[in-house]
Amino acid sequence: MSETMIKVENLGKCYQIRHEGREKYKTIRETLARKISSLWSPSQEGKASIEDFWALKDISFEAKKGQCVGIIGRNGAGKSTLLKVLSRITEPTKGRIELRGRVASLLEVGTGFHQELTGRENIFLNGVILGMTRNEVARKFDEIVAFAEVEKFIDTPVKRYSTGMYMRLAFAVAAHLDVEIMVVDEVLAVGDSNFKAKCLGKMKDIGNNEGRTVLFVSHDMGSIRQLCRQVVLLSKGELIKVGEMQEVTSYYEAMSTHENNENVPTKIRKPGNPNYHLNKVELRNTQGLPCSKFAVNEIMEIHLWSNTQAPVGRYTIEFVLYNSKGYRISWGAANPIQNTYFDKEDTHYVCKLGPLPLTTGIYSFTFVVRIWGMERWDMWEDAISFEINQCDMFKTGFEITSGEAEFMINQQWEARNV
Amino acid sequence: MNDKVLVIEAGKTEQQYFRDLWRYRELFWFLAWRDILVRYKQTVFGVLWAVLRPFLTMVVFTVVFGKIAKLPSQGVPYPILVFTAMLPWQFFSNAFSEASNSLIGNANLLTKVYFPRIIMPTSTIIVSLVDFFISFAILIVLMVFYKYAPSWNILTLPIFILLAFLTAMGAGLYVAALNVKYRDFRYIVPFVVQFGLYLSPVGFSSNVVPEQWRLLYSFNPMVGVIDGFRWAVLGQSLNGTSFLLSIGMSIAFFMFGLWYFRKTEKTFADLI
Repeated sequence: MSETMIKVENLGKCYQIRHEGREKYKTIRETLARKISSLWSPSQEGKASIEDFWALKDISFEAKKGQCVGIIGRNGAGKSTLLKVLSRITEPTKGRIELRGRVASLLEVGTGFHQELTGRENIFLNGVILGMTRNEVARKFDEIVAFAEVEKFIDTPVKRYSTGMYMRLAFAVAAHLDVEIMVVDEVLAVGDSNFKAKCLGKMKDIGNNEGRTVLFVSHDMGSIRQLCRQVVLLSKGELIKVGEMQEVTSYYEAMSTHENNENVPTKIRKPGNPNYHLNKVELRNTQGLPCSKFAVNEIMEIHLWSNTQAPVGRYTIEFVLYNSKGYRISWGAANPIQNTYFDKEDTHYVCKLGPLPLTTGIYSFTFVVRIWGMERWDMWEDAISFEINQCDMFKTGFEITSGEAEFMINQQWEARNV
Repeated sequence: MNDKVLVIEAGKTEQQYFRDLWRYRELFWFLAWRDILVRYKQTVFGVLWAVLRPFLTMVVFTVVFGKIAKLPSQGVPYPILVFTAMLPWQFFSNAFSEASNSLIGNANLLTKVYFPRIIMPTSTIIVSLVDFFISFAILIVLMVFYKYAPSWNILTLPIFILLAFLTAMGAGLYVAALNVKYRDFRYIVPFVVQFGLYLSPVGFSSNVVPEQWRLLYSFNPMVGVIDGFRWAVLGQSLNGTSFLLSIGMSIAFFMFGLWYFRKTEKTFADLI
């Protein structure tokens, strides 16, 4: 009965990262210029700047017929790469995948839709792009149109569709694919709640009643809970846990709150004193519990630890606060702001910060340790990040996001009539 | 269906390639159909555009090469001489340009769904082929107008169309693959097309080229295609060696383009 449909064994995908350029593609002009310049300084421009980056490491799991397997993990955990490898868009570097049946990948709703074409034309085009034959699309055509509720506009170019109609039509085509395995990435992240509910219902149907296997990536734990019995948890390209939905999702939630406590290796460490550096950081709430989510106006405690005692006395620690766009938005320091110095034997530092006037979003800290006279000992870039998840500063029932304001200022409004 | 097991392993996807190509044949036609539909929906002139461009170029070439430079045409009305070359040239240049840009133009498809990538540039050539058949009507009108009957050689014309197709496909595949990695290749394409128009015997007969340069001239694969067209439609004589050399070049273009494309294809989704 429960036949194995997807079998992934020791899967690995390695990307080569070039450090000199942001762009993945190059121009021949640049390449030639680099080749020529490396003629007389061959040591500088070389292979040293290419680094292997394993987006997926040693992933193994299975999915059975009729199962809906959820894939969860933070951004950059490798979820999308896994789906891309499974749907054959990119080749794995290592390992093996067995797929029993046809695979349709739905990494984006409306892939290949063309604005100028009508709904009818797009249904056929999209269906074929997703791997159906023309006859199969024709057979499902009425069902697709009915699901999308676009009967009246079927011969109108989709550029005149409302966003809702467009999304419904695009999802409808994909949901009616006649394949054994479906690979779905975050497609429910868009659209209104009615549409989401309808899609979720359809997805449930696909798994339970139609006996197809679905791999489903989502950030939304709600949809994962509704749809999936099995869940795969990824973190930094590695498989952390696979098993029953309840078990894995609660593990994941616990992990995300504690995640920042673990000793994250620093990405960029400016050389300073080789024997002394900050090696642990933690953010705590007012109850003294480790926390990564704060509300506006909450008070935060930054706890920092160093690996050894400082070689000399009298030094200061600074923080720089960045928002998710990478803008430096604030700065603070033990000295000169507070005229506090740390001493030779100190290894645990605490900074009480707040009330935080920040709007919802992700923020990160960089820490710098300086000796008197401005010599820098240590710099820990992007050491820890936290999220402001509530910003209803004035209790109005209206959340303010970083799109509307970067930070909030106390304000008083009144009318002054002459 | 369930007993078919697809195995994905590093470096092993090659084996399924040609089977996949067959499985995705419908996608090929649908992509071509999409491009044709969009092309004729968006432009006001639509079909007229496909006709007007080669026609006006032909008029200019007839005036410049036929009337002003007074180049020989071996008894063929000059407009017909030019137009029989214009047809394959326009086909080649359109197909080559479209195919070269097809991958970056459809980057969203490449990164979101799997299909044998070769379908993409090849299907765009079909659009140019449709344009070709539309402008072929002008040739018929011209021949009726000048009361010029084609020779029986015309039955071999499909061979030369295929040859032009292979040349455009080879060059198109090669540049399309390069375009993914080096974005400035797209600036080279219009340049090659513009230059090629004068390097190929479009405005004149290849007999005008001095004998000692003939062989060198035939390294241009379009020389063979165009001479072949003139032989098929107008019954003009062919220079055996240079014709064969040119055909060999066409096939070499095709093989090389195909080889390079297949070699780099796997990395497209990661690079684009």
